[in-house]
Amino acid sequence: MRTIYFDNNATTAVDPQVLEAMLPFFQGLYGNPSSIHHKGGEVGAALRLARQQLADLLGCVPAEIIYTSCGTESDNTAMWSALRTQPDKRHLITSRVEHSAIINNAAFLKRLGYRVTEVGVDREGLLDLDQLRQALSPDTALVSLLWANNETGVLFPVEEVAQLCSEKGVVFHTDAVQAVGKIPINLKNAKIDLLSLAGHKLRAPKGIGALYIRKGLKFSPFMIGGHQEGGRRGGTENVPYIIGLGVAAKLAVERLPEENTRVKAMRDRLEAGLLKIPFTRVNGHREYRLPNTTNISFEYIEGESILFHLSHAGICASSGSACTSGSLEPSHVLRAMGVPFTAAHGSIRLSLGTTNTDDEVDEALRIFPEVVSKLRELSPFWKDDGPVQDSDMLTCEDNNCQVCN
Amino acid sequence: MWEYTNQVMEHFERPRNVGVVTRIDGEGQVGSLSCGDALRLTIQVDRDNDIIEDAKFQTFGCASAIASSSALTEMIKGRTVDHALTLTNQDIADYLGGLPREKMHCSVLGQEALEAAVANYRGVKPKAAEGQVICECFGVTDVEIERVARTNRLTTLEEVTQFTKAGGGCGKCQEKLEEILARILKKGTGKPAPGNGKSAGRMTTLKRIKLIEDSIATQIAPALMRDGGDIELVDVNGQEVYVTLKGTCASCPSSKRTLADFVTERLRTLVDPEIVVKEYRPE
Repeated sequence: MRTIYFDNNATTAVDPQVLEAMLPFFQGLYGNPSSIHHKGGEVGAALRLARQQLADLLGCVPAEIIYTSCGTESDNTAMWSALRTQPDKRHLITSRVEHSAIINNAAFLKRLGYRVTEVGVDREGLLDLDQLRQALSPDTALVSLLWANNETGVLFPVEEVAQLCSEKGVVFHTDAVQAVGKIPINLKNAKIDLLSLAGHKLRAPKGIGALYIRKGLKFSPFMIGGHQEGGRRGGTENVPYIIGLGVAAKLAVERLPEENTRVKAMRDRLEAGLLKIPFTRVNGHREYRLPNTTNISFEYIEGESILFHLSHAGICASSGSACTSGSLEPSHVLRAMGVPFTAAHGSIRLSLGTTNTDDEVDEALRIFPEVVSKLRELSPFWKDDGPVQDSDMLTCEDNNCQVCN
Repeated sequence: MWEYTNQVMEHFERPRNVGVVTRIDGEGQVGSLSCGDALRLTIQVDRDNDIIEDAKFQTFGCASAIASSSALTEMIKGRTVDHALTLTNQDIADYLGGLPREKMHCSVLGQEALEAAVANYRGVKPKAAEGQVICECFGVTDVEIERVARTNRLTTLEEVTQFTKAGGGCGKCQEKLEEILARILKKGTGKPAPGNGKSAGRMTTLKRIKLIEDSIATQIAPALMRDGGDIELVDVNGQEVYVTLKGTCASCPSSKRTLADFVTERLRTLVDPEIVVKEYRPE
């Protein structure tokens, strides 16, 4: 069976060029870059190149980058640094649709006595900028926002928010894990203070991330140790992976136009084809979003069931439904957007990449209608060609039901 | 990715008895579209003999919800209504070779649908609807929580949520759930169920043997028979229960151990946690 991988927001396949560049650093080039001898020296030069390659992708200088183990570590480092360097400020602002790294840190900080404002989004997932403006206060230590939402691909106006924060003297962090490599980023002219990224979302392996720290920003390390990364992140450098991320960054620069033309065209064609299936809807703003992502709800059926049938037909995708995650409620992102539960339970995220082809889109457009109608035939809410209008089970009987309201 | 058994995937991919029976004698609807899973079960009953002639389902939900519904219909077809009602959610899970803990509520959904369909057939109010709603997010009553907690011997809040969904939404009712749980654990498992050491201690030897006998006949033997096995009670001596086990692979030591483990687990649940199952080996 042929695999059609439409889950590039979850992770990407390591590019062969990336792997090839990494391999020498496991054996021949095994030196510790901190060593004074020639084995250390030959690695040091390669690391400098890799850091330059990543800096080129972000539009910053190499010294503004530190390497971490993953996006989550970058997020933690950014948040805690901003709070530690401004101990008198006890307020932070984030949004209702963040990644769990930020959500769970914010929840923890609340328990420590911090005040947290979670800015809402509208029905299309766009940030409520007015609410954010009003929440900013002299007590605000940090604003942290996703650049691109991992579930819907919707973009936040981070450059605008960064400008606003800069005027108010508030540190601004963005988790750009999904944005890097998919949309143009130029930090040189932006007022962004901190930016997180993860290698495995852009064809580097899992286990490597980076944090951009604007030159001149007060910083407190998360991982205290040796002099590595200018004393900003202790621990011997993960050399092969840093090299891999460098090559991945170089490839991402080269492929950025393709992401925004060919990949976008495939996404649009896939989406348009799927919308021909009755009772489907796109979640998220159609324009202000990543070129590779679509989040579609198939009403009256449930996401996990869809994913299993797709998987058996070779298609890899994700869902914001409750059942896939083990929680009982659908994704917090869709709930924050006010997507009705009837649609949220049947939501599927498809995220494409440069490895995908038009053939795969054709194949998916053949498979999807079969899967959807198979499950709708099983559904008590579906009869013949449309939804059952008078079912008692459409909503629960309880008017106080938290889920429905 | 969930680790579903082959049986779950088989029933999910090729669900049995989908649709609505020709003559609806009883109908049970549980869950809702907003809750994330919903099951409509219809049964056709031979009224003279009170036997379920046909059962069909329609389910909105995840793979385990669909598989549980399919399994349920297979299990109740041909049974008397009374016999069908002895089915527990654990039986549905067992039929499917087990469900992940987080998905046990799917088996509870099946059991509730059956009860609702039978109640509808008999023209009475379903049991699950009794009591006071504790979890408003998923509309779960105290009666339902208590029953599921007792029959499945749940001890933690997390388990209650996994089995009933209660407490899995906004979380406001979690304190109440803790209270219910504390009450159950303190009181012991009380009347119908069988259960902890204390109540077993009060049981007379005769009642105890009777309970072991009943549990084997109604709960354990049918489960083994489905896989071509069988069990016979030979003797009871204190905590020791002697049985003969027949499996399709009777000569295989590892399969024997699995059978014995299964019987031990069931008897400990249904009768007494101290029970030791021993295989009687005729000379």
